[in-house]
Amino acid sequence: MAREGTYVPDGIADEFTQGSLSSGEQQKPGRPNAPALGLVGMLRWMWRQLTSMRVALMLLMLLAVAAVPGSVLPQRNQDAAGVIEYLADHPTAGEWLDKAGFFDVYSSVWFSAIYILLFVSLVGCILPRSAAHYRALRGRPPRVPSRFNRFPAKASATTGASPEEAADAIAARLRGRISWLPTFRVDRGEEPSPGARGASGRSELASAGAERPSGRASATVSAERGYLRETGNLVFHLALVGLLVSVATGQMLHYRGQAIVTEGRGFANAVVDYDTFEKGSWFRPESLVPFSMTLDRFESEFASDTVAFAQARDFTAHVTVTEPSGEQRSETIKVNHPLVVDGAKIYLQGNGFAPEITVHDAEGEVAFSGRVTFIPEDTMYTSRGVVKVPDVSPGLDQIGFVGYFLPTAEVNEDGSARSAFPQPVDPLLVLEVYTGDLGLDDGSPQNVYELDTASLTPALDENGDRIKVLARPGETVELPDGLGTLTLGEDLPRYVALDLRHDPSLAFVLVFSLLALGGLTVSLFTPRRRVWARAYVAQDGATVVEVAGLARGDDAGLQAEVDRALAAVPGAVEQPETAAAPVETSVVALRQAQEPRVETRSEKD
Amino acid sequence: MELANLSVLLVWGAATALAVALVAFAVDLSRLSGAKVEARDAARGREKVAAAAGAPLVALVSPYGPDTGTGVTAPGPVNRRLAGVGMSVTWLAAAMLLVAIVLRGIAAGRTPWANMYEFALVGTFVAVAVFVGVNSRRDVRFLGAFVAGLGVLFLVLAQTRFFIEATGVQPALQKYWLVIHVGVAICATGIFTVAFVTSVLQLLRDGRDNGSAMLGSHRWGWLDHTPAPTALESLSFRLNSVGFVLWTFTVIGGAIWAEDAWGRYWGWDPKEVWSFIVWVVYAAYLHARTTRGWSGTRAAWFVVAGYACVLFNFTGVNLIFNGKHSYSGL
Ligand code: HEM
Repeated sequence: MAREGTYVPDGIADEFTQGSLSSGEQQKPGRPNAPALGLVGMLRWMWRQLTSMRVALMLLMLLAVAAVPGSVLPQRNQDAAGVIEYLADHPTAGEWLDKAGFFDVYSSVWFSAIYILLFVSLVGCILPRSAAHYRALRGRPPRVPSRFNRFPAKASATTGASPEEAADAIAARLRGRISWLPTFRVDRGEEPSPGARGASGRSELASAGAERPSGRASATVSAERGYLRETGNLVFHLALVGLLVSVATGQMLHYRGQAIVTEGRGFANAVVDYDTFEKGSWFRPESLVPFSMTLDRFESEFASDTVAFAQARDFTAHVTVTEPSGEQRSETIKVNHPLVVDGAKIYLQGNGFAPEITVHDAEGEVAFSGRVTFIPEDTMYTSRGVVKVPDVSPGLDQIGFVGYFLPTAEVNEDGSARSAFPQPVDPLLVLEVYTGDLGLDDGSPQNVYELDTASLTPALDENGDRIKVLARPGETVELPDGLGTLTLGEDLPRYVALDLRHDPSLAFVLVFSLLALGGLTVSLFTPRRRVWARAYVAQDGATVVEVAGLARGDDAGLQAEVDRALAAVPGAVEQPETAAAPVETSVVALRQAQEPRVETRSEKD
Repeated sequence: MELANLSVLLVWGAATALAVALVAFAVDLSRLSGAKVEARDAARGREKVAAAAGAPLVALVSPYGPDTGTGVTAPGPVNRRLAGVGMSVTWLAAAMLLVAIVLRGIAAGRTPWANMYEFALVGTFVAVAVFVGVNSRRDVRFLGAFVAGLGVLFLVLAQTRFFIEATGVQPALQKYWLVIHVGVAICATGIFTVAFVTSVLQLLRDGRDNGSAMLGSHRWGWLDHTPAPTALESLSFRLNSVGFVLWTFTVIGGAIWAEDAWGRYWGWDPKEVWSFIVWVVYAAYLHARTTRGWSGTRAAWFVVAGYACVLFNFTGVNLIFNGKHSYSGL
């Protein structure tokens, strides 16, 4: 017999909310009732299944399994190059995997289907539970059961005090000391003496061999605590829904842009100023606040001790932010410490060298002059870069350079070179030279960091090896084949890769996460207990007080609670517990009824 | 590097102490089982007779009086001095490990849990500490052999596979979140470890009680000295709930940190994926416990699965996958 107003999801095993401790036998697990005939019946049946505990469990397990492939296979949004490589290595399997969404697992149809179903199930399960809990919050503790001996925790005592005094004492103890925050919700009541109740359903008393005399009424206490447990559980589940909605909203509204900025230069917060820009489908360009920012200086620090040689220790970008109002301020951006400007966060994602390179062509004209971003390829900042020189004087071949910038050059005997320390101790530029048509004139977009050398002619020495042009800061070197000269600037400007991101949902995501954490903690660690007491005058004239307790789930403290309640009775003399059949506190326990009684006390206490 | 070397020595010392504890606990268990198995077998026979006669099942009678939940603790003639030795040596191991961790922190000049080696040391310490802590409230010495065994395994793996010199950390790790997020993750892992051991014992004991052919043999007699499966399940549940709350916090804290360090709070990085999987599996465990037909033994399998995911998240994800969490220094 479920308590009125209690909603329990289908498939949940919980004697506490169902209030049926008496039956030892369980409903058969996992056997859904056959669907009733008709469309409505069918739909109702499906809904009941979807919101059942079993289905929630299955969906949770499915979700765990479905998340695995995304960690094994490269994912497009993190490692696009990895996906291309995988597709090249496994042409057939790769194509199938791709079609099935295995390279975008977390936005794939099947992954989404699982979590959406899970959340539908969650809502379908949680809303009725919330309503039921709301009603229960205003309800009273359940009536005192007629028999106590089937409860997991019980105790009894005799006292010289009257039944009313005894019951009052217990009620006061259970309410606790703080009057506005009672531990238990308590009802004090009277019960007609068994004889007076006649046929009102207490017939089992007779079989229990009641030695209560008729005539005088018994005083009763029924008390319940731990409503917070269910509240916490509901808050937790509802917060998960809030979390999902916030994350999804953030996805729609967010934007994110990347820009590479060199020392002394800046950028403006406008879509066109970013090297890459990505946005949610509800994003509007007007929502960009038009501030601008200049990189004044970039500093880096590396360990120089032998144990952690060259490990990065600190990166700091000193910047000046100019608000739309014209107001200026100096700020710093560090790894781990993004700069927040007008609600957008600016992160320091990368850094390197952008040396100033000038190329004069064979005619002596300046064909190229500018900072070239060299991208670090190892921890020592051996950095790769490309220089494209399309603007040579008419009639000349275009020139392309590919090569490395080495902050601390270490040139090996075979001519190969790499950097030996990230800081510019002994900088060197090493470039290979190509001539031909760079293909820039037809207007098709090109990757500025790649030079398609297949259609170009490398400059070779007399042995047929590629010529490497070496330049140190401030040096001007001759290019082979009379192509002109190349000058490496004296200063070595640093660049930073900045990542700007705006996601208006962040605060909601955080609040819902913390609500979930709080709700979970409350629901897992709040004991939910019911305590009943009955005091009556026995045949010998003494007052007998009986207390019983029932808890939800495992509750090691239940017996202690019962004992404390009984101890509150003035002049109580405890009666040894009458040996009873083994009683279990947990759901599990009922199923394994042959097990001996669970005791958590050890010999030590 | 004086301190760092001392730290390494102490870790070896702790591993040795745990190995000694392992032997002591194991011998203790086997002695107990020798004393009790026969009584138990006799009781089994009686039970069968009773069941055949249609009588209600009664609690098994042990020679030491009623089988309280923590059966091992029932006062009886069996000498448990070795279990006491095991406990003392375990305390010693915990103390040595603690000093080793502190020295390591001083040598590196930062919080001593920033790479796999240190994570393994601290995680082992937490597991051992949880074990001695729980044992001070209720007798769980039957777990000793298993906790000590896992501890030796983790420490030896750490020393031989994960070791790197004590030194500072890169900028991405320089934040108080290193202390909180990783610290809480380690605590959760340590607690999950003890809960896992408990659930495995629950499964074994359950198998033996239900007449499994393999577990019924004499060699598994010591299982009769573990508490009843229901008591084990409830201990495991309590540990797992603490672990789960801490894990939830780990994931949230990680997301807050990632928001600052990596520019997004969640990006399905392999470590994030597996932390999510761990979380979902333990959530499934909590649901299984309350789902009709899935509680008890079946729920215990979720703990095994969950802990397997925890271990994989620590080893597999760090060593196999190439994600942002590549801080093992290996
Ligand atoms: C996103 C999916 C879900 C997650 C992550 C989740 C997580 C959790 C967690 C961690 C608990 C443990 C807290 C506690 O025991 O008090 C819990 C309890 C519970 N969940 Fe869920 N849940 C989800 C979906 C559902 C669904 C769909 C249902 C309904 C069918 C449901 C019903 C319950 C119930 C009834 C409890 C309380 C069990 C008890 O009596 O302790 N949950 N859930």
